[in-house]
Amino acid sequence: MLIRESKVRQLEVLANTIREDIVSMLLEAGSGHSAGPLGMADVFTALYFHVAKIDPKKPRDEKRDRIILSNGHICPVLYASLAHAGFFPRSELKTLRKLNSRLQGHPHRGSLPGVENTSGPLGQGLSQSVGVALALKLNKSRSRVFCLMSDGEQEEGQTWEAAMSAGKYRLNNLVGIMDRNNIQIDGQTEFVMPLEPLSDKYRAFGWHVIEVDGHNIRAIIEACDEAKSIIEKPTLILAHTTPGKGVDFMENDYLWHGKPPTKQEAREALRQLRTLGGRISSEHE
Amino acid sequence: MNKFLNPKLFSKDVEMIPTRNGYGDGVVEAGRANPNVVVLCCDLVESTRSLPFAQAFPQRFFEMGVAEQNMAGVGAGMAATGKIPFISSYAVFSPGRNWDQIRVSIAYSNLNVKIMGAHSGISVGPDGATHQALEDIAIMRVLPNMVVLAPCDAHEARKAVLAAAKYVGPVYIRFTREKTPVITRPSTPFEIGKAVVLREGSDVTLIACGPLVYEALLAAEQLSKRGIDAEVINCPSIKPLDKKTILKSVQKTGAAVTVEEHQTTGGLFGAIAEFLSQTNPVPIIPVGMDDTFGESGTPDELLTKYGMRSKNIERAVSVLMR
Repeated sequence: MLIRESKVRQLEVLANTIREDIVSMLLEAGSGHSAGPLGMADVFTALYFHVAKIDPKKPRDEKRDRIILSNGHICPVLYASLAHAGFFPRSELKTLRKLNSRLQGHPHRGSLPGVENTSGPLGQGLSQSVGVALALKLNKSRSRVFCLMSDGEQEEGQTWEAAMSAGKYRLNNLVGIMDRNNIQIDGQTEFVMPLEPLSDKYRAFGWHVIEVDGHNIRAIIEACDEAKSIIEKPTLILAHTTPGKGVDFMENDYLWHGKPPTKQEAREALRQLRTLGGRISSEHE
Repeated sequence: MNKFLNPKLFSKDVEMIPTRNGYGDGVVEAGRANPNVVVLCCDLVESTRSLPFAQAFPQRFFEMGVAEQNMAGVGAGMAATGKIPFISSYAVFSPGRNWDQIRVSIAYSNLNVKIMGAHSGISVGPDGATHQALEDIAIMRVLPNMVVLAPCDAHEARKAVLAAAKYVGPVYIRFTREKTPVITRPSTPFEIGKAVVLREGSDVTLIACGPLVYEALLAAEQLSKRGIDAEVINCPSIKPLDKKTILKSVQKTGAAVTVEEHQTTGGLFGAIAEFLSQTNPVPIIPVGMDDTFGESGTPDELLTKYGMRSKNIERAVSVLMR
């Protein structure tokens, strides 16, 4: 899939806008997770605005690609991406986590157009994705399944049950994308429960593994493209990301895994995002 | 004899078939009627009776290995893509081990997954307590959107499977391992949400589910010799409950005994007591597992030791009649 440099630039700007929306949503909600959604904004942008075949006007179209979010707690980035893609009005983003909102604290299939699955309790998305991929194969469909996972949820045994079954059925229509940001609630993943060598583990389970810089939109797109040419196996894209990406005081600090910014912190975060870390000026100041 | 009952029920040559066979037959029929029906199983293909389906429709059968949590999630994903997955294992494993996956991936999304729990109850026998599902009704009944069925014989099990395949939404059905009497007829109606009066009476209502319906009918026979006229209701649909039939009966009799191969907390007794306490409180005595684990033994020995025989039902009625 060739992509022009100008399109990549456009996507980078969009990812930045999605990050701004994430910060605003979390401030408004007063609770939620900051680091993961900011870290995955580039992956979501690449998927929703270039790689995946989706149509917001036909959210249940049989021919669509499926984007399954397994670590539901990073849903601010899912909701912001869906809103920008046109699944629902952007103005609704500010209802996140509020009473009667369609934007539940963790995503619920059936509440909001574009949300393919229910998740939150970790480790369930890859199994759901295997089910979708198997059903698509039965239907002789050419649609693909993208399963977005966290690294922390690799600690769940179910993840490996699912990885094993994806290998067994050689699900070449399944692409797992792991947010390898190295943090979880209680600290660095390798201190909480060592996960490495993740690439070797997935290879041993019968997967093709590609490692990318999770903030390099072109690299993400190219990896999704490479997965298409692997006809015997599912593919795992190990996306190395910086948690809290774009906001210097959140980056790589596990304490930002599960909390929202205060008003002051949000203002500073938005200033950094709008000025691309001070490199350009912003009319919002 | 009641028109819904097998005419041979109390004779020595009554047919003995395990309810799991009803699943095996029903799911093949469902698969023939609807190409979207698929079956998943966790390394128990023969004993759950998924085998006939696997042989008839190999392309639509998925061996998932010993991984019940994954099976529930895979079922959810297939249902989200238009399939009607029957996920099958022993009830102690599914829904026993994968309850969270059933809750989050299936029930909360109201996905069209059918959970087939084999080897429920204490009559599993020599495998012992680890393999005797005595809590499955409770843990499924508590989930919103979930239908819970406990068929009394192989005919009813087959009909329950066919009804589940047609119903849109998650359904749990429990089956049993042992050969048990065929209580109903092939023509006996079955409907989700319906209970059936198998014997009319006016002194006490016996509400039973699963193969123990037979013990309830035996108890009613014995009670009639003592001049006690018991009504027997087969209640295969524990959720939704047939409130009308149950209410009508207890309004007439004023007392009830529930009979189930399950913990008395949270199962059939729980469902009936919760309902009647709000509408028509009457004394109810449960016959079932009394807050204890089972053990190894033959099914007959275990049902006797743990008090789920007709004489236990008779004794409960005597207490109510005192």
